[in-house]
Amino acid sequence: MTENLAANRLQSSGAYALELDGVARHFGALVALSGIDMRIAAGERRAVLGSNGAGKTTLFNAVTGDFLPTAGRIRFFGEDITDLPPHERIRRGLRRTYQISQLFKGLSVIDSIFLACRGVSRRRFSLLRPAAADVNMVQARSILEAVHLEAHRDALVATLSHGQQRQLEIALALAGAPRFILFDEPAAGLSPTERRDLVAILNALPKHIGFIIIEHDLDVALRVADYVSMMHNGHLFKEGTPQEIEADPEVQQIYLGGKHG
Amino acid sequence: MSLTTVADGAVPQQNWLDKIGAGHVILAVALVLYPLVASDFFLTQIAGYSMIFGVLALSLMLLAGYGGMLSLAQITVAGIAAYAVAILGSNNSNVLGFGWPWWIVVPFAVAAAAVSSALIGWISVRTEGIYTLMITLAIATATFYFAQQNYAIFNGHSGYAGIHAPVFWGIDWRDPKPFYYLCLGLAALSYAAVLYGSRSTFGMTLQAIRDNPRRMRALGYHVTAHKVFAWFLAGILAGLAGVLLVWFNGRVSPGTIGVDVAIDILIIAVIGGLRHPIGPFVGAIVVILMQTFAIDIVGAERFNTLIGLVFLAIVFISPDGILGLWGRIKPHLAQGSLRAGP
Repeated sequence: MTENLAANRLQSSGAYALELDGVARHFGALVALSGIDMRIAAGERRAVLGSNGAGKTTLFNAVTGDFLPTAGRIRFFGEDITDLPPHERIRRGLRRTYQISQLFKGLSVIDSIFLACRGVSRRRFSLLRPAAADVNMVQARSILEAVHLEAHRDALVATLSHGQQRQLEIALALAGAPRFILFDEPAAGLSPTERRDLVAILNALPKHIGFIIIEHDLDVALRVADYVSMMHNGHLFKEGTPQEIEADPEVQQIYLGGKHG
Repeated sequence: MSLTTVADGAVPQQNWLDKIGAGHVILAVALVLYPLVASDFFLTQIAGYSMIFGVLALSLMLLAGYGGMLSLAQITVAGIAAYAVAILGSNNSNVLGFGWPWWIVVPFAVAAAAVSSALIGWISVRTEGIYTLMITLAIATATFYFAQQNYAIFNGHSGYAGIHAPVFWGIDWRDPKPFYYLCLGLAALSYAAVLYGSRSTFGMTLQAIRDNPRRMRALGYHVTAHKVFAWFLAGILAGLAGVLLVWFNGRVSPGTIGVDVAIDILIIAVIGGLRHPIGPFVGAIVVILMQTFAIDIVGAERFNTLIGLVFLAIVFISPDGILGLWGRIKPHLAQGSLRAGP
């Protein structure tokens, strides 16, 4: 077993941010994921498309460690993280957002982002108020700008609109030097204007931060992704550039056909 | 770039009055001058007693308001400090009483209370909502019966009597005026600490855990450790209140930590409101006034009925307590007809 792990580490070149080898996940008789092989280069932006129940969120949960895969290995920047608990993966720079916003209703926007920055640093039990020049506070303010929420700095999270809450959801994932982010349907429920804003936010992220985005809206997904993977019934069945995917007749049949039909 | 963001984010220089708030200054002046007009009875039995129970309810407000953890064990924690004062200091019950000086006894008593509180917290943070309430109720009840039946440490049913507040700086701190200022000092300090702490890193963390523990875990926080630390801090407040309570009564017995008192503290906190640290003190004044004067209004047999009806009326009109009531009236006063309807 140990030799196997060592061999896996040797095989990996480290040029990949995320490598999945034959990842599978069964819930009893239900096969949610089956034989997923995926290589995502450092800094690459990947869209994962597929209908409801295709296994996209299950894939995210396996990568973040929310539950372990039934089979297969997952490597993060060359390191085998298959058996690591979620917080160890967070410490290595892996972040995620949630399909349904997971925010702190009773806090202000800036305080929420500050806590996200402080989460991977020290002095979490401090009984002092953070100074304006506190390093995590400075980080929080620059993230606030990155997600276009400067105007709502001191607003209570509960008073934000749905679109602003989605932006804050992204802000929490940007805290504390992420290297790779999993975006779970960030555009869900957004208006066309808010979607354009979201595309701008994602495209303006620092180039070294790679991500996977699960998205039902092809317009959003194809405009932010370098490469697209299609999922169906727990399998990856097609990969290609956004142009190839958009032009593919089979994809149009399954995805767009299903959507419009 | 970072330099400009710091400048942008810096709070403009405020003068001290803006920082503290005019309301706080007026309240402080009024409370400091109160002994000039109040009788000894109103100084200790009403004001002092209200502030002791205010601090006790404040320890519950810290847990419930910021941490989302309801507790019925706050009087138990205070009782541990009170018993510690009786056992480590002097009493006239001829049981234990080590006779240590007050400046050793008080830190020990408060530390014992804080550690016990952390232990109660550690047991109860595995549960949520009504189950936390039930577990802490079980702990409070068990402690009550243990104290009643144990003679070696708790001196059983009669408990300890003859406990005196210390005499130092030439002042007998049990005299009405000094004792009032002692209570005022503790209440003001506790209130200021909780108000300040609510915006501290830990305070924000606690509120974030209340709102979404799952996300806090995903952000790298140890949720249980933060909750237990909140219990520890609440234990310090409850312990300090327990010390003043035993100095005030001069005695401590199982009756001091009974379940009825535990419920009184919950009622005080709920009547006052759990959203701001001033709530527990407002609630304490209302409840102590009612407990003292309801007998005069409706007679000894019915005074609990009156208290219960007032409690029902307040939570019926405003689930957020008296603070919530004020929050609803304030916009009407400030804006009058300009206020937009819902």
